[in-house]
Amino acid sequence: MVDAKTLTHLERLEAESIHILREVVSEAEKPVMLYSVGKDSAVMLHLARKAFYPSPPPFPLLHVDTTWKFQEMYKLRDRMAQESGMELLVYHNQEAMDRGINPFDHGALHTDMWKTEGLKQALNLYGFDAAFGGARRDEEKSRAKERIFSFRTASHGWDPKNQRPELWNLYNARKNKGESIRIFPISNWTELDIWQYIHLNDVPIVPLYFAAKRPTVERDGMLLMVDDDRFPLEPGEVPVDRSIRFRTLGCYPLTGAVESEAATLPEVIQEMLLTTTSERQGRAIDKDAGGAGMEKKKQEGYF
Amino acid sequence: MTDVSTDPIYKTDALIAEDIDAYLKVHEHKTMLRFITCGSVDDGKSTLIGRLLYDSKMIFEDQLEALTADSKKMGTQGQEIDFALLVDGLAAEREQGITIDVAYRFFATEKRKFIVADTPGHEQYTRNMVTGASTADLAVILIDARKGILTQTRRHSYLAHLIGIRNIVLAVNKMDLVGYDQSVFDTIVADYTEFAKSIGITAFTPMPISGFKGDNITGPSENTPWYTGPALIEHLETVEVNSATDAEKPFRMPVQWVNRPNLDFRGFSGLIATGTVKPGDAIRVLPSGKTSTISRIVTLDGDLDEAVAGQSVTLCFADEIDCSRGDVIALADNPPQAADQFEATIVWMADEEMLPGRSYWLKIGTQMVTATVQQPKYQVNVNTMEHLAAKTLELNAIGVANLSTDKQIVFEPYEQNRTLGGFILIDKISNATVAAGMLHFSLRRAQNVHWQSTDVSRDFHANLKNQKPAVLWFTGLSGAGKSTIANLVEKRLARMNRHTYLLDGDNVRHGLNKDLGFTDADRVENIRRVGEVAKLMTDAGLIVITAFISPFRSERDMVRQMMQPGEFFEVHIDTSLAEAEKRDVKGLYKKARAGDLKNFTGIDSPYEAPVDPEIHIDTLTMTAEEAADAIVARLIP
Repeated sequence: MVDAKTLTHLERLEAESIHILREVVSEAEKPVMLYSVGKDSAVMLHLARKAFYPSPPPFPLLHVDTTWKFQEMYKLRDRMAQESGMELLVYHNQEAMDRGINPFDHGALHTDMWKTEGLKQALNLYGFDAAFGGARRDEEKSRAKERIFSFRTASHGWDPKNQRPELWNLYNARKNKGESIRIFPISNWTELDIWQYIHLNDVPIVPLYFAAKRPTVERDGMLLMVDDDRFPLEPGEVPVDRSIRFRTLGCYPLTGAVESEAATLPEVIQEMLLTTTSERQGRAIDKDAGGAGMEKKKQEGYF
Repeated sequence: MTDVSTDPIYKTDALIAEDIDAYLKVHEHKTMLRFITCGSVDDGKSTLIGRLLYDSKMIFEDQLEALTADSKKMGTQGQEIDFALLVDGLAAEREQGITIDVAYRFFATEKRKFIVADTPGHEQYTRNMVTGASTADLAVILIDARKGILTQTRRHSYLAHLIGIRNIVLAVNKMDLVGYDQSVFDTIVADYTEFAKSIGITAFTPMPISGFKGDNITGPSENTPWYTGPALIEHLETVEVNSATDAEKPFRMPVQWVNRPNLDFRGFSGLIATGTVKPGDAIRVLPSGKTSTISRIVTLDGDLDEAVAGQSVTLCFADEIDCSRGDVIALADNPPQAADQFEATIVWMADEEMLPGRSYWLKIGTQMVTATVQQPKYQVNVNTMEHLAAKTLELNAIGVANLSTDKQIVFEPYEQNRTLGGFILIDKISNATVAAGMLHFSLRRAQNVHWQSTDVSRDFHANLKNQKPAVLWFTGLSGAGKSTIANLVEKRLARMNRHTYLLDGDNVRHGLNKDLGFTDADRVENIRRVGEVAKLMTDAGLIVITAFISPFRSERDMVRQMMQPGEFFEVHIDTSLAEAEKRDVKGLYKKARAGDLKNFTGIDSPYEAPVDPEIHIDTLTMTAEEAADAIVARLIP
């Protein structure tokens, strides 16, 4: 069994992530943490607070907002920024705002303009040369091949065939003019690791991960939550209160809920372990362009 | 005995459903093992990993549905599920049916979490395999039972051993296709034992498996009653991990970051490489050698009584001593050494070959220094392990060479300490990671040769001559007019009572550098030597004028770095190739065009023009006299 000198898998993962966070702060000029308010972001933020304690993490949080997140997410976001003592930058793509781009009328364009374009604009505006993101390698096939330090061209494109070798825990953070780096400190964590860590460390997360009665409608086989009065109900459509929760969080009109009674963290983990579908199944973004959906999106500058 | 391929024994569904709290308690205290799988396209490597993921329930129904559809469309396993499609993540890989890059996969059993680096098998992806192996505790080397030990088996074994993996599993795969014949297995194991001994592998664990059918993966297979060893998963669950052995070694922690939130707190953050540390321990900071005592081990969750190898911590000292990023905190009475000359194994990872003498960034632990690598002592043929003579190292080549750093680095031999012995080389222009290396030992002369301080200083030399030393570094194509203009500049300076010396390309090659040719590597060494001579001459107070083609930006930058700030003037004698070729004073372009002269700059060897030279001379619009005047005016305003 485990003796005192053998670290547990969560201890090793934590130590690796903290090491990565510190390397970036030591070598990058102007780092930022992309904060999406989901459970992965929650763990990443917690790791940052551990890495630099008693100092606050020496970089700001950036939320590339679409204005269509769940209300509960905005609440937790503001609370965590305050608790961590970090500056919170919220960026809205002005053009998307002006043109009224929304997930109901614009489909894929919504993600493209608010998120992909919004992110590029925000990074350019502030001149961040290194951005932490909470992506994990177990999420998706092309992410399994992405480096922890992932370089982007001046136009934020990703070249999967030309990645720097990453040996031991030696990271090469030197970049060429115009290049920026995306850093994924929790690359080697799985969904279960994230939940276990949240459980052991009491990491605050959005209550939407826990089951509760919430107003919902069913569309195209997805259960959507009617989070505010911008939700255009079809004639005759009436929101129904169902006991639901979310496995991932994004824009509320694009995020499918699951019917569930799991109201505590152990119950959520139990349900996750007994389920038979992957967590990204509720997301529309992965299904474009066949098997290479995410790879293609990343080449275009998606995080 | 049950058929394990359909009923994996390491699932714990029952506990999950019955008592989730008990389940969490067990699973929150698992250990972690990182391993690599090596094998070629046909050895069934991806199938094995797919099998491990599938059996440990890491493949969900929606993924399985997609996989089933893909298997029908482009799979190679008929109606069966082609697990390889699951792990080959890049579009190009799925199209070509090969693994190009390292992919990391995750699965867990009750006892351990596993991270698998799935590494490509082809020789052209040696660098990818080395990358995957660098973080692994164990290597699974796959052999196709029908084929036995192949060239790639030897290469993978050598690389795994080279990178320091001491736990090797020899998985003789596809046993189902040889009728589970024990004699096939025994012959392969005997062959491998002999080979392993020859490259220094003292122990390995052989097992007969079928990734496709699931034999001896999770438990004993009834198809191989003659095999009494552990199944693959059992072995992976119980083998000792590196971090456990690292904890037994003396304490070392490279400092990543100095934590200074206010005047009352000063902590040193890092990942403990080896050993353990407790408050009260006497430590020494290297390379300075200053000593103190650990006062606290600080974390967000409260101070620790002890921290071990593999943990990221922040340490406080009892005394205010200097310590910053790049320093190493170590046990006071057993510290590592510092040196600036080493022998190392180098794995070259860039398309552009290694240039002996060129300066690269070297990163080791948290130290970043400038390093130059000498011509390799030998290169290793990774298929036969033979030592070959080599002048350079090309992509995927592995060799042994001496290297020197511009300042001392704290190190330990790689065998003893991966963190203080493993390094990467970074190209200073492209910023690419071009090589990985492993230090063997420091060279004695580094400790014995010190810079001799002399009483008559460089300032004294310069004052005596009543001038400021400088280097006018002329660069440009052959026939641009470097020597002609340099000669005029020197005459003008002499008339102004300046003490000068002109180092001319052709002249130097008659003596100092007569052993060098015109390959890229020799050109780099040529410039390095000239740079060193020019540096000594500036110490003597001289104004040095050099006239060399010096085609590579990085070598000119290297010379620039040798000089005092403000003393180096890059003078670009600029002419078009067409014009230089038209002049062709020495008839060299004609020879080069005819193919009689190899490696001629501008013809079959590149010229990298200066980006931002101190002085730019356009010879198409200026005469040599005008050029000389302009240069002298810039030097002595």
